[in-house]
Amino acid sequence: MSDESKSNKITRREMLYRTGAGGLGLLVGASGFGTISALGKTLDKEDKQTAEDAIPFYGTHQSGIITKPQTYIYLISLDLTTNQLSDVRDLFKEWTMASAHMSKAELVGPYTDNSYVPPEDTGEADGLSASKLTITYGFGPTFFDKNGSDRFGLASKKPKQLKSLPSFAGDQIEEQWTGGDLCVQVCAEDKQVAFHAIRNLIRIGRGIVTLRWMQSGFQRTPQADKKKGTPRNLFGFKDGTVNPSTDKEFNDIVWSNGSEAPWIKNGSYMVMRRIRMLLEVWDRTHLNEQEMTFGREKRSGAPLGHQDEFDDINFDKKDESGNPHIPVDSHIKLARGDGSEKILRRSYSYSSEMDPTRAQLDAGLLFISYQKDPFKQFVPIQKRMAGMDRMNEYIRHIGSAVFACPGGASKGGYIGDSLF
Amino acid sequence: MNKFTKVASISLLIPGLLLAGCNTTEQSQAEEAKKTEESKTATYSEELEKAVDSYRQYGLEQTDLFVEGTTAFVEAVKAGNLEKAKELYPTARMPFERVEPIAESFGDLDPKIDAREGDVPEEEWTGYHRLEKIHWEENTTEGTAEYADQLLNDVKSLRAKIELADVAPQTLVTGAVDLLNEVSASKITGEEERYSHTDLYDFAANVDGSKKIVDLLSPILEEKDPELLDTLEQRFADVYTALEDYKTENGYVSYTDLTEEDTQKLSKVIDALAEPLSQIGVVLEG
Ligand code: HEM
Repeated sequence: MSDESKSNKITRREMLYRTGAGGLGLLVGASGFGTISALGKTLDKEDKQTAEDAIPFYGTHQSGIITKPQTYIYLISLDLTTNQLSDVRDLFKEWTMASAHMSKAELVGPYTDNSYVPPEDTGEADGLSASKLTITYGFGPTFFDKNGSDRFGLASKKPKQLKSLPSFAGDQIEEQWTGGDLCVQVCAEDKQVAFHAIRNLIRIGRGIVTLRWMQSGFQRTPQADKKKGTPRNLFGFKDGTVNPSTDKEFNDIVWSNGSEAPWIKNGSYMVMRRIRMLLEVWDRTHLNEQEMTFGREKRSGAPLGHQDEFDDINFDKKDESGNPHIPVDSHIKLARGDGSEKILRRSYSYSSEMDPTRAQLDAGLLFISYQKDPFKQFVPIQKRMAGMDRMNEYIRHIGSAVFACPGGASKGGYIGDSLF
Repeated sequence: MNKFTKVASISLLIPGLLLAGCNTTEQSQAEEAKKTEESKTATYSEELEKAVDSYRQYGLEQTDLFVEGTTAFVEAVKAGNLEKAKELYPTARMPFERVEPIAESFGDLDPKIDAREGDVPEEEWTGYHRLEKIHWEENTTEGTAEYADQLLNDVKSLRAKIELADVAPQTLVTGAVDLLNEVSASKITGEEERYSHTDLYDFAANVDGSKKIVDLLSPILEEKDPELLDTLEQRFADVYTALEDYKTENGYVSYTDLTEEDTQKLSKVIDALAEPLSQIGVVLEG
């Protein structure tokens, strides 16, 4: 029996009715409904993984971290309502299988002969391409201990860099946009493919997890940007110019070596900040001030006083009157600091359409960064900026969360297996 | 009936076959499936028939109660006893909410009895919610005698027609889930009882009705998918536990007393139940 047919045996349905009986072995054959079609229908798809717009789900690292950002994102945070580790384990097994299927453009599960049960897959991505779908999972601090209780007996495995962020000057964090026991990040080149994935994962988890917060995001599509330039954020500036891009940088900046907790090896820590951008205020700001805010030219993206977007920045360059071209309180100056703290930024714009209390646009940046240690990398940068960044006048930090994203799953294994 | 026969005759697997399935050819699988089907179909349809009969019986009992409750309610209305009418209103409706899947099959009576404002043209609007609006909004029973009389008539015709209701196994399968969908679509939002705010009574009654169906199907589930049955029992218990918090001496708190946190909590337990419940169609497998 191939891996594929084996994995098809554990249907979503079976997982939902877990009674703590546990292991995969036990579940196989516990209820065989629907599996006959699975045997025939999915075997021939084994190698679809190589299709050009499919990104493999299995691997050393989880996909969706150093993956070049796709056009759309859904990021959700979930709280667990169970207190049994076996439920969580089963959930991750099932999520892993569903993720592997979906990233190959396959249904979560095959249609069966009984038309009086809902189909295992919700169907809206049927026939669509994989669209570079990636699905990335993480554990929040409260997964390990919540209100002082070692809920799953795993508190001793909680890495020291997994805790909620301190509050920074100017923060206007709203409780409903914070934390969570688990997170799932879904990215794809097609919004419907992305939505289908997040929806099916939420459905699989129903009864075990509940939604805590959910934010979608976008950037320009590849079709719209023939020159493949750096994407622009909603302030109209190129965002992502300075970002790690080589394997060496990823190893230095992003991937954990597991020294803090073996299970996180090859994984990373995600920081999420939901940052509202006050577009009405920004749009009234003259160009010169806009550029001084970031320390870069708006159209070309070049650092002020420099020629080209990707020029090495010389922060000491002065204009005729002896002032530095790049203001000391500009975003890039403060974000860079002395250059010793680096992060991988993987942010998306968001628009939640309208803020009804003000009849204004409710839009901003779903800031996401990956790093080995949020407290040695993200926190010092944000501390510097929180006090004096010129940009602060135009933004509000509304949400905040940290998640530990384990390494990738190997075929036959599942996400988080090194932890459980 | 047609649809059901089709479903029941489609060959479906049992666990033993599945395990064998890996190294048998497709043809022998099919043969085995057929054999299995022949021996199993009979018992299942008999058990299903039994469940369907009991459900029909339940429908009768509940509509009897509905007539009883409505009679008392209508008496209070016509006696001009507003307080009594308001007190009887939510409980009189409960039996109806329990058996909505059958009641709804009488296309003309259901709206007459249960239409909400805006569901039907204003001049055709009758029934419980019309009275609800006048009682709570205008705080009077005046001018409602006619509506009250008609309501009682309609409820009585419902009782008479129920005898003829075409209850099929699918009615149960679909109904159990529909009742919970009702809860999440209009009870948790406070839409159903927008003047009296007695939504939690309907909520509880819908859940009762759904639970009844699962109870009736439990012998079949026990055999087909005991894990599903366990899960459902656990999750029904979770729903009732969650409802406990909102019980008062005689019933339930007003919808207006619920915070967003409360409605979220209730919504979550309903979703957690309804998702596995949607698999209840396994009872139709031959
Ligand atoms: C709405 C909020 C934000 C906006 C609009 C924004 C925008 C930008 C822009 C336009 C650049 C210059 C282009 C580039 O190098 O990518 C930049 C650079 C950068 N940003 Fe942000 N950013 C925001 C929030 C943050 C936050 C919260 C952090 C981390 C604490 C951060 C860290 C950085 C870093 C590290 C750089 C590169 C600096 C360098 O070394 O040159 N940004 N950002």
